[in-house]
Amino acid sequence: MIIGLNHFQVVSALLFGLGLLTIITRRNAVAVLMGVELVLNAGLVNLVAISRYQTGGLDGQIFALFGVVLAAAEAVVALAIVLQLFRARRSVDTIDVTDMRG
Amino acid sequence: MELQTFNTLWLIPLFPLLGAAYAGLLGKRIHRRYGELAVSLPTVIMPWISFAVAVSAVVTLAQAGPEVALYNRLWTWIGVDWMQADMAFLVDRLSAVMILVVTFVGSLIHVYSLGYMKGDPGYWRFFAYLNLFMFSMLVLVLGDNFLLMFVGWEGVGLCSYLLISYYYRERDKAAAGMKAFIVNRVGDFGFTLGVFLLFWGLAAANSPSYNPSIQATTAAPVVKRASAKPDPAKLAEHVAFQASWGLAGAPCRSHQALGRASTLGGHAQGHHVEGHATTSLAFRHVERLLEDPVKREGLLSQNVLGLSLVTLVGLLLFLGATGKSAQIPLYVWLPDAMAGPTPVSALIHAATMVTAGVYMLSRLHFLMALTPVAMTVVATVGALTAFFAATIGLFQYDIKKVLAYSTVSQLGFMFVAVGSGAFWVAIFHLMTHAFFKACLFLGSGSVIMGCHHEQDMRLMGGLRKLMPVTAITYFISSAAIAGFPLFSGFFSKDEILWKAFDTGNVILPGGGFVLWLLAAVAALMTSFYMFRSYYMTFSGEYRGGHAHEAHGHDEAHGAHGHLPRESPKTMTIVLGILAALALAGGYVGLPHLWHLPNLFEHWLAPVFEGSAHTLKWAGYGHGLEWGLMITSILIAFAGFFAARWLYRDHRNPTPQKILDSDRRLVRGVHRWVFNKYYVDELYQKTVIQPTLVLSRALSIFDTGFIDAIVNLVGLIGRLFSMLQGWIDRTFIDGLVNLVGDTVMNAGRALRRVQTGRLQAYVYSLVAGSLLMVVAAWLMAA
Repeated sequence: MIIGLNHFQVVSALLFGLGLLTIITRRNAVAVLMGVELVLNAGLVNLVAISRYQTGGLDGQIFALFGVVLAAAEAVVALAIVLQLFRARRSVDTIDVTDMRG
Repeated sequence: MELQTFNTLWLIPLFPLLGAAYAGLLGKRIHRRYGELAVSLPTVIMPWISFAVAVSAVVTLAQAGPEVALYNRLWTWIGVDWMQADMAFLVDRLSAVMILVVTFVGSLIHVYSLGYMKGDPGYWRFFAYLNLFMFSMLVLVLGDNFLLMFVGWEGVGLCSYLLISYYYRERDKAAAGMKAFIVNRVGDFGFTLGVFLLFWGLAAANSPSYNPSIQATTAAPVVKRASAKPDPAKLAEHVAFQASWGLAGAPCRSHQALGRASTLGGHAQGHHVEGHATTSLAFRHVERLLEDPVKREGLLSQNVLGLSLVTLVGLLLFLGATGKSAQIPLYVWLPDAMAGPTPVSALIHAATMVTAGVYMLSRLHFLMALTPVAMTVVATVGALTAFFAATIGLFQYDIKKVLAYSTVSQLGFMFVAVGSGAFWVAIFHLMTHAFFKACLFLGSGSVIMGCHHEQDMRLMGGLRKLMPVTAITYFISSAAIAGFPLFSGFFSKDEILWKAFDTGNVILPGGGFVLWLLAAVAALMTSFYMFRSYYMTFSGEYRGGHAHEAHGHDEAHGAHGHLPRESPKTMTIVLGILAALALAGGYVGLPHLWHLPNLFEHWLAPVFEGSAHTLKWAGYGHGLEWGLMITSILIAFAGFFAARWLYRDHRNPTPQKILDSDRRLVRGVHRWVFNKYYVDELYQKTVIQPTLVLSRALSIFDTGFIDAIVNLVGLIGRLFSMLQGWIDRTFIDGLVNLVGDTVMNAGRALRRVQTGRLQAYVYSLVAGSLLMVVAAWLMAA
């Protein structure tokens, strides 16, 4: 069996689904962030695969590398927020943080 | 008349104006910080500078020859289409006399005021007003046209009011100022109407469409001209005449006529620019205009309300003169004007301002000479005023009141001269009167100050020993006004009497004789009351002293001790100078009879030559003239000796006997004359009270009727606005609120969506994405 674009896309879709599921179901903010990382990486896999099989060149790979770096930066900021949240509330449960309610 | 430019004339009124601005705007502060002299010295120097400039102007004028006048045009003041009035000053030989008298006597009185007003709290105010008066008076005499003269005319009226009410805290003095102002306003009304009417008449007479053959007999020549349609050829001819006339005044209608002529006839095209002449309000232009026989006829033939226009103009202008120069019927303000400080009485209410009417009529001699009726009225009113004012003067006890009635009487003499056609004599008497009456008033001021502000002559007496300079100068001036031979008043008054007798310009039964008789009796009384005042004041024993505590409202002087003392040097020197002029001022106008040169008549002759040929004289012989002169000398001495006999040492019982007489006739006449013929009461009853009643009625009408209408309109407006307000609040505001409420309710409903729960947002995100996928799928299918 030759591994083609479809396989990668299936993996990517599975990753996306798992990430989304994590975001929806988990109430721990850190876990939600992990889900976000999964969703992001699903996108990156897609980019690399399409670049490899469809368009050629290294554009997708370079995009993916940028995406990884951005994800790292985003994770840093997000985790800092979560840390502050924990300090203030002694909890990182998303149910408890509803201050932006209308 | 030939004009010679003299570019410093405007400085003559400028300096007193600067002085007035200095004292009026800064005086109060300067007075407080640097003392009285810092205020008064600059303001006293200003009139002297004016005097110097005036002398230089008059010297230039004298060297330039008889037909020359000095002229200084500053700018076009009013130039409305065809009417022009310049801000321009003119010195001819008449105004030369006036500016010399005004600046010289005025300057002397400023110096005198230094002593008289010492210690007065309103020092700066006094000098500011006095300088402002000098400015206005100089504008009056220097003004080259009616309007500028009127500016000065009103200015002196204002200053007169300000200075009469100078002690404004005292109710009766403030009232005296108002009386002077209001009575003068009646006169000013006449003056302005006269000028308007004259201007109107001249415009009509000067119009190119004026046709001498059509006698304008209706009240409205303008309307008549407009309705008469002249044919174009004739119009063009007139336009050409107009253009050839050069400087002529062409009123507005000439433009219309020009337009019509050029469109219809086509002849007048070239004259359009030249025809754009202006109607000048300058005296010399009016005079030149009336030299043209056609124009003069045009003016003389006009009637207004059944009266000759020229006569009406003359009478209206004379009404103005009666106001300013205190003649019957408007003389009542002058005696009350004595409420002002005495230097003011001397300057404004004796020497200068009150002569403005005489000056004005003399300035308009060419006009007055055209109308015998007005001349007659002027002479008669003058003679009657001279007579009646003199009778009132006989019984006054207030020294200033005596002088006030004497002034009214002497002004009457001047108007007799004007009405008789002897204009130069009027100006001559104006000048000599300025000297001796200023001296008398200042002398009375010196006496009043010496006697601790006592004005009642019954409480004076014996002051000759205490105030020698004042006494001597007062005696000299009294002799001058009484007409002692070789004193200045003799020459001028005798000339008036002679001219009144000799005149052929009045249409009275008896002619000049009536005028002469009235004036001669007035002269007799003048001599009597003047020496009465002299002897009551200066001879006998001092009768004041103990009484002055009761009367003395001035604490500063009360501390000085009881006997009067001579006034300071600044005052006595001025008295001396004026007395010298009262003695010698008449030698410029020696009578012809003595075969000596009459410099004054010769000096003024070029000014009055325009009217000389219109005036008529009876031409009595020299014998009669000698007779009249001797009569007037006898009159002067008769008055003098009578007064001396009755009042010299205050021991003659006759005056007291007359006062105590039981006879009804004596008592009645005395009471009648002593109360000034009840003229004030008459005016109170006939003019003032009806005016007050009318104004009260109008006030009731105003508050009851006009205000009611106004209030009704207001009420209706309020009702309307209330209705509109209700509509506004209910409908317009309702709509606006509805929109607002809708938005708010929608927001309130939608805010529920914003739960603040992270997962809820993600659900909706996913749901939305799925929805879009499904939609895309459905649409693709």
